[in-house]
Amino acid sequence: MKGGDLLSFYKARHLTIGDYINYTLLIIVSLICIFPFIYVFSMSFTAPEVYVPLKFSLLPAKWSLESYKFILSSNSFINSLNSTLFITVVGTCLNLVFTFTAAYGLSKKAMPGHSLFMKAVVFTLVFNAGILPAYILVKNVGLLNSLWSLIIPGLTNAWSLIVVKSFMESIPPELEESARIDGCNEIGVFFRIIIPLSKASLAAFALFFAVGHWNTYFNAMIYLTDTKKWTLQVLIKSMIIDSGSVGFGGGGDETILPQETIKMAAIILSILPILVVYPFVQKYFAQGVMIGAIKG
Amino acid sequence: MLIYVLAYKLFRKEVFKIAELNQINRQGEPMIKKKSSLNSRIYQYRYLYLLTIPGLIYILIFKFVPMWGLLLAFKEYNFYTGILGSKWVGLKHFTDLFADPFFLIMLRNTIVINMLSLILFFPLPIIISLMLNEVRRAPFKRIMQSIIYLPHFLSWVVIVSLTFFMLSSNVGLVNKLLVTMNFQPVSFLTEKKFFWLLIVFQNIWKETGWGTILFLAAIAGIDVQLYEAAVMDGASRMKQIWHITLPSIRPTIVILLILRLGAIFDVGFEQVLLMANPLVRDVAEVFDTYAFTQGIQNGQMSLGIAVGFFKSLVGLTFVLSANYLAKKIGDEGIY
Repeated sequence: MKGGDLLSFYKARHLTIGDYINYTLLIIVSLICIFPFIYVFSMSFTAPEVYVPLKFSLLPAKWSLESYKFILSSNSFINSLNSTLFITVVGTCLNLVFTFTAAYGLSKKAMPGHSLFMKAVVFTLVFNAGILPAYILVKNVGLLNSLWSLIIPGLTNAWSLIVVKSFMESIPPELEESARIDGCNEIGVFFRIIIPLSKASLAAFALFFAVGHWNTYFNAMIYLTDTKKWTLQVLIKSMIIDSGSVGFGGGGDETILPQETIKMAAIILSILPILVVYPFVQKYFAQGVMIGAIKG
Repeated sequence: MLIYVLAYKLFRKEVFKIAELNQINRQGEPMIKKKSSLNSRIYQYRYLYLLTIPGLIYILIFKFVPMWGLLLAFKEYNFYTGILGSKWVGLKHFTDLFADPFFLIMLRNTIVINMLSLILFFPLPIIISLMLNEVRRAPFKRIMQSIIYLPHFLSWVVIVSLTFFMLSSNVGLVNKLLVTMNFQPVSFLTEKKFFWLLIVFQNIWKETGWGTILFLAAIAGIDVQLYEAAVMDGASRMKQIWHITLPSIRPTIVILLILRLGAIFDVGFEQVLLMANPLVRDVAEVFDTYAFTQGIQNGQMSLGIAVGFFKSLVGLTFVLSANYLAKKIGDEGIY
C-alpha cells in the first residue's frame, strides 16, 4: 500500500479544526500566488487616463478596452509576438529532436564511447564557460542579431538529457528486442517503440522548452541589436522596467509614452498563452518532474 | 592527434566491456560471443550513432568550445586579434579582482542572498507539501496545486514587472494603499534595505509551489502501514506528521539542503539584473552581474571572463563537495 491509499484510509473521518485551519492557510497561500494577476488583470481594463491619480481600488473605476486596443495594434507588439512565436515553435521542435535522440544514445550503455559521452554531459551540468565566452562564440559563428542565436545555442541541456535518459532506461528492453527480431534497426526502434511510449516525457519537455523560449529575455537582449526582432519579454522589459517616464522607442514604433494600464495590458497578453495551455499539460509535467526526482 | 587519444581511450574500455558483456545481457545489443574490433562495433551501432551524433556535436560546439574562451581570463583581449592573438597577462585579472574592494561586497551580497533564501525559502515547500498532504478532498488539492505551480512558469521580466506594479513609489498598489491611509509612500524599489528581502520574496513566490512536487512525491512513497500502526497507538495527526512523515522524507530534505549549499555562488542572474538599479548597486551587485556589465557593456572582456571563471570554479568546488557529502550520507547524489 502506498500513500495514495492514505486518502481513502481517512475518508471516513470528519473534518476537524485542524482541517479548517489547513484549508484556510492553503487558500491564503494560493491567493498570494494569484493576487498580483488578479490585480493587474482587473486594472488593465481601466481607462488609461484614470489610473495614475487613482486612489487605492481593486476594481476599475472606468471600464475601457483602450489599453488592449492600443497594444494589439502597435507594431512593436506584433513584431515581438512574431519573434517570440517563431523561436518558441521552431526552438521547441528542435529541442525535442536533439534531446530525445541524444538521450536515446545515452541510454544505450553498450554503445562504444558511451561513458565518454556521459561524462561530457555530466561535466556540462556542473561547469560552464559562462555568458561571455558564449557571446564570443555566437559572434564568431555569425549568429549575432539573428533569431537563431536564441535557438541554436540552447538546443539541449544536461538536465533534460539525464531525465529523458532515465525515462528511456525504464522502458522494458524486451520490447526493443522483439522489434529487433522483427528486423528493425535502432532508428526503427527509436521511432516505432521508444517515441510512442515517451508521450508523457515528450509533453512535459515540450512544455518546459516552450515556456523557456517564451520567457527568453537575457539572450535576446544581448544578441539582438535590431529592435524589430525583440522578443516579447525584451519589449515588456523596456516598457515597464526601464524608467517608464522615458518611454519606449523600440520594436518599430516611434517613441510613445506608455500609460500604466497599457503596460498592464501588455503583461496580461504575454501571460495569456501560458495560462491557456497550462491546464492541458499540467498533469504531464508533474509526472515528468517526478520521474526525474525519483531517479535522483 | 586528438582522434588517436580518443581511440586509445575508447579501445581500452572495450576490452573490459567484452568481459563484462559475457556476464551481463541488457542495455543494447544481445550478447556478443566473439571478440570484435572497435571498428566493427562502431559499424554495428552505426544507426545509433546517427541518432546520437547531432546532440553530441551540439554539446561539443556550444558547451565545450566556449571553454576555449576561458583562456581569455589570462590574456588581455584585443578585439582585433581575437582569442589567439591576445597578449598573455597571467593572473593579472584575478589579482585585480581580489584587490578590488568591490570584490568583498559582491561576495557579501551573494552569501547574504543565499543565506536568507536558505532560512526563509527552504522550509516553505516542505511545510506546504505537508499541508497539501493533509488535504482530504482530492479536487481541492488539485486546484491548490495548479494555482501554486503557476508562478514557476512566468519569466523574471513578468515577475519583476508585477513587483513594480505592486511596489513602485508613485503608482504601486501598496503605496496607493499607504497614501489612502494617510501614510507616506515608501520607495521599496530604490532603498537598499528592502532589496535582499525583495529578491528572496520573489524567489519564494515563484518557486515554492514548484518545490512541493519533489516533497509530495517523496511523501507519496511512505508506507501507509506506518500510519495505521501510529493511529492504533493513538497518535494525533500532528504526531503522525512529526514522527512518521518528516523522518521519512528526511533523506530527501538533507540531500536537497546539501545541493542547495553547493549552489551557494549561484544567485538568480536575470532576476538580480532586472531588479538592480544604480541606487541599490551596493547591495545588488553579484559576480555574474559584474561580469556582465564589465564584459559586455563596458567592453572589458578579459576582466568579465576572469570573474565568470572564478565564480564557475568556486561553484564547481562547492557542488562537487556537496555531491560527495550527499553520497556519503547514504543516498545517491545526482551522479
